[in-house]
Amino acid sequence: MGNDSSNKEVEIPLYEVFIRSANGLEHRHVGSLHAADAEMAIMNARDVYVRRNEGVSIWVVPSACITASDPSSKEMLFGPSRDKIYRHPTFYNLPEGVRNI
Amino acid sequence: MYNQSLDKGPLKDDGRDQDEDRRIEFEHNVLAGYTVEPKDWMPEGYRKTLIRQMSQHAHSEVIGMLPEGDWILRAPTLKRKAILLAKVQDEGGHGLYLYSATETLGVSRDLLYEDLLHGRAKYSSIFNYPTLSWADVGVIGWLVDGAAIMNQIPLTQCSYGPYARAMVRICKEESFHQRQGFELLNEMMNGSEKQKEMVQNSVNRWWWPTVMMFGPEDKDSVHSKESRTWGIKRVTNDELRQNFIDVTVPQAEILGVDLPDPDIRWNEERGHYDFGEVDWTEFWRVVSGHGPCNRDRIEAKRKAWEEGVWVREAIMAHALNEKVVDRHG
Ligand SMILES: [Fe+2]
Ligand SMILES: [Fe+2]
Repeated sequence: MGNDSSNKEVEIPLYEVFIRSANGLEHRHVGSLHAADAEMAIMNARDVYVRRNEGVSIWVVPSACITASDPSSKEMLFGPSRDKIYRHPTFYNLPEGVRNI
Repeated sequence: MYNQSLDKGPLKDDGRDQDEDRRIEFEHNVLAGYTVEPKDWMPEGYRKTLIRQMSQHAHSEVIGMLPEGDWILRAPTLKRKAILLAKVQDEGGHGLYLYSATETLGVSRDLLYEDLLHGRAKYSSIFNYPTLSWADVGVIGWLVDGAAIMNQIPLTQCSYGPYARAMVRICKEESFHQRQGFELLNEMMNGSEKQKEMVQNSVNRWWWPTVMMFGPEDKDSVHSKESRTWGIKRVTNDELRQNFIDVTVPQAEILGVDLPDPDIRWNEERGHYDFGEVDWTEFWRVVSGHGPCNRDRIEAKRKAWEEGVWVREAIMAHALNEKVVDRHG
């Protein structure tokens, strides 16, 4: 799928599946599957990923619609936050005896 | 989405030499317990080893549906039929989790499956034995799924994230497989003489093939060393086999069946059960395609594949119509 030109034959589209395990929790990525359209992807996801009450809600997204960050740009994306330690409460020294802060 | 990043970067066929530094860093990270994710750089050998191991694992789950599937229509009660159906459906699900995890390495599932249908791919030797009686359904649950659990639990710690996560999900489901098998056998062992005989006969046939499921002895295992360096396989074949025998012997005693190995004996000094010599010629014969059912298994899969052509064509036509493929593919 995707832009991979080495796959000469077209495969049945790939979808990524996200499950909300209970109300109050976020949807979480659980894996992928092949389906003709979103409706079929949801039906397949029910059979593959929620056979034992694993969830109350399913999201499916065509895999090719996801843009992922490149691991080689890790520094650019995630580096800067590491040297801004003043963003963390542990950066600050408080005099002894101060409470509830 | 996964394959795109695999085409980038300086990795060539001889990437191992070019990327010596990256490889050393990679192995260092893996040793330190770092989990590798699909888009991360990885040595070509690591990727290939994973594709081989994970696709073989996926094929095993899917082929594994066949021996037990043979008994769905002949299950003795509605309860047992429902249980068996659920179990066989789980195995199909395991296959799908694993194919989907393998696809994150940039291979197409259709190509992997084609290899299976053309006899180019391996799968677990155990599924090339026939299920001759209802007791076999119980023995497969107890012994074969028991051995699979032994094998799969260390894989939840595998260095490749998607594989490890698939194994966590699979392991959760396997315990039902093993327990339903043991319960089924226990019921039969509390039944008539004929039922007890049926169980013993089944154990006699399945014991050695199960012991072989852990693969060749460590001294003959080709892929062990690099698999360990890369955190793909953390426990050796011999260790797994010993663990399996250690937990299974007491279970057999409770069940009241004899394991067909006169050399099984508790070894106080080692703190393990000793056991007899495995017939490795049989193992290699079955692995290389000459077991009792190799041909039937592939034949059954091929038939299903061919008879499903119209379904896949209809799916593709619909996908093209909906522009799911056009838009995104
Ligand atoms: Fe399984
Ligand atoms: Fe299983």
